[in-house]
Amino acid sequence: MSSASKSPWLLHYNASSCNGCDIEILAALTPVYDVERFGIINTGNPAHADIFVVTGGVNEQNKAVLKNIYDQIPEPKVVVAVGICASSGGVFRECYNISGGVDTIIPVDVYVPGCSVRPEALIEGIVKALGVLEEKRAAMEAKK
Amino acid sequence: MTGRQTIIPFGPQHPVLPEPIHLDLVVEDERVVSAIPSIGYVHRGLESLVDRREYQDFVFLAERICGICSFTHSSTFCQGIEGLMGIQIPQRAAYLRTMWGEYSRLHSHLLWLGLFADSLGFESLFYQAWKIRESILDEMEATTGGRVIQGVCKVGGVRRDVANSFLSGMDDRLDEIEDNMKDLTNVFLNDYTLKKRLVGKGVLSKDDAYYLGAAGPTARGSGLDMDIRSTGYLAYGDVGFKPVVEKGGDGYARCAVRCRELFQSVEIIRRVITDMPEGDVFTPVKGNPDGEYFSRSEQPRGEVIHYLKGNGTKNLAQFRVRTPTLTNIPPLVSILAGCELADVPQIVLTIDPCIGCMER
Repeated sequence: MSSASKSPWLLHYNASSCNGCDIEILAALTPVYDVERFGIINTGNPAHADIFVVTGGVNEQNKAVLKNIYDQIPEPKVVVAVGICASSGGVFRECYNISGGVDTIIPVDVYVPGCSVRPEALIEGIVKALGVLEEKRAAMEAKK
Repeated sequence: MTGRQTIIPFGPQHPVLPEPIHLDLVVEDERVVSAIPSIGYVHRGLESLVDRREYQDFVFLAERICGICSFTHSSTFCQGIEGLMGIQIPQRAAYLRTMWGEYSRLHSHLLWLGLFADSLGFESLFYQAWKIRESILDEMEATTGGRVIQGVCKVGGVRRDVANSFLSGMDDRLDEIEDNMKDLTNVFLNDYTLKKRLVGKGVLSKDDAYYLGAAGPTARGSGLDMDIRSTGYLAYGDVGFKPVVEKGGDGYARCAVRCRELFQSVEIIRRVITDMPEGDVFTPVKGNPDGEYFSRSEQPRGEVIHYLKGNGTKNLAQFRVRTPTLTNIPPLVSILAGCELADVPQIVLTIDPCIGCMER
């Protein structure tokens, strides 16, 4: 198991979310939940990230930005859709500007339900993502 | 100065921004000449859903305009429907709404103080602020069942009552929270490094604040006495509310307004708990809304206006929201002109941008 699978760095992007999930992501990183004690850091740079955490239902203007950030993250990478909006569009599904989920734009590995998502659920999602990250790494090693 | 201008893009994905907004910064050397904002990264088109959701269900959607000011949005929307239909909500419901409104202000201001410290590179202070915020969220969760989205407001009152024994226990916990906040705000207001970065940076004069339409702590930091709570809606008339105003107009003044408002909110919650009237927490609602109504209330970021137009059916004919962040964008653009490039992140944060609200 590589170090990145124990202490992954996250990149968070708000793709038309209401903020509820975004502040819960930060709450998971800060005291009380405090995942940073395991070396899980919220980075601002896509090139440093292992796990891409996306919130919100993705609107027209965000599509290109989301794709762009996804392409900049080096392999292996895992995408976590946080909250019901990121998973399926949620309450905003019928809005004219919402494409209905992150998986309509980029491939998603882990879905975390909730409106807004609870930090406990988010942490479980990230732990699941670690497993996926390790699988992807092993597959890359095998190819070499 | 070379006189050659360069454009530096800022956002939509940027380390200091939890939400996407894009600014094109026109710079000459290290100085920002002008800033051109472009918005629309969080626009969902929520207002258009009024024709598909009944007005009682739409309260949940109104709450999801923004996850930080969620409670204020739902109570403002309910207030609008109640105004349209001429419903008088029970006193206890009004007091509970006031209490939760102030709790959400506390959590929002602490959240902002944390993000602001982060934008200045003061990571441990960020963590301290968010640690105190968790105790506010615990109170929210214990009384409403939700941490950031509460779902507790409904047309005609509130969905849950809070036991009096629980309310009286709140006082001691508020004491502890207040002590922690004193330590925290002491750093924000008196730390040498922070003062160096804030005093005199991003100055918005009183006249500019007025003419550019600043709202909330941004306006009050520039000496404008503007707070919708002074009109005494809900229980604010009974608690003897007086707005917090600072004269400086710079980043430090805006920070000081929010720090002082923390203690003011605690005071309001204390008054509301002590004077909490007995009785029901909602009145049954019959019929459909008809007519037009402007519902105003004070969000953590300033005045929010919900415009509602009913046509006698279950669905509203029209719904519009004007949020404080949108009116704070012109002042932001004006104070960014002439600042140092390195100060841009913290100046952007001093208006407390909430893009989720702004674009809906």
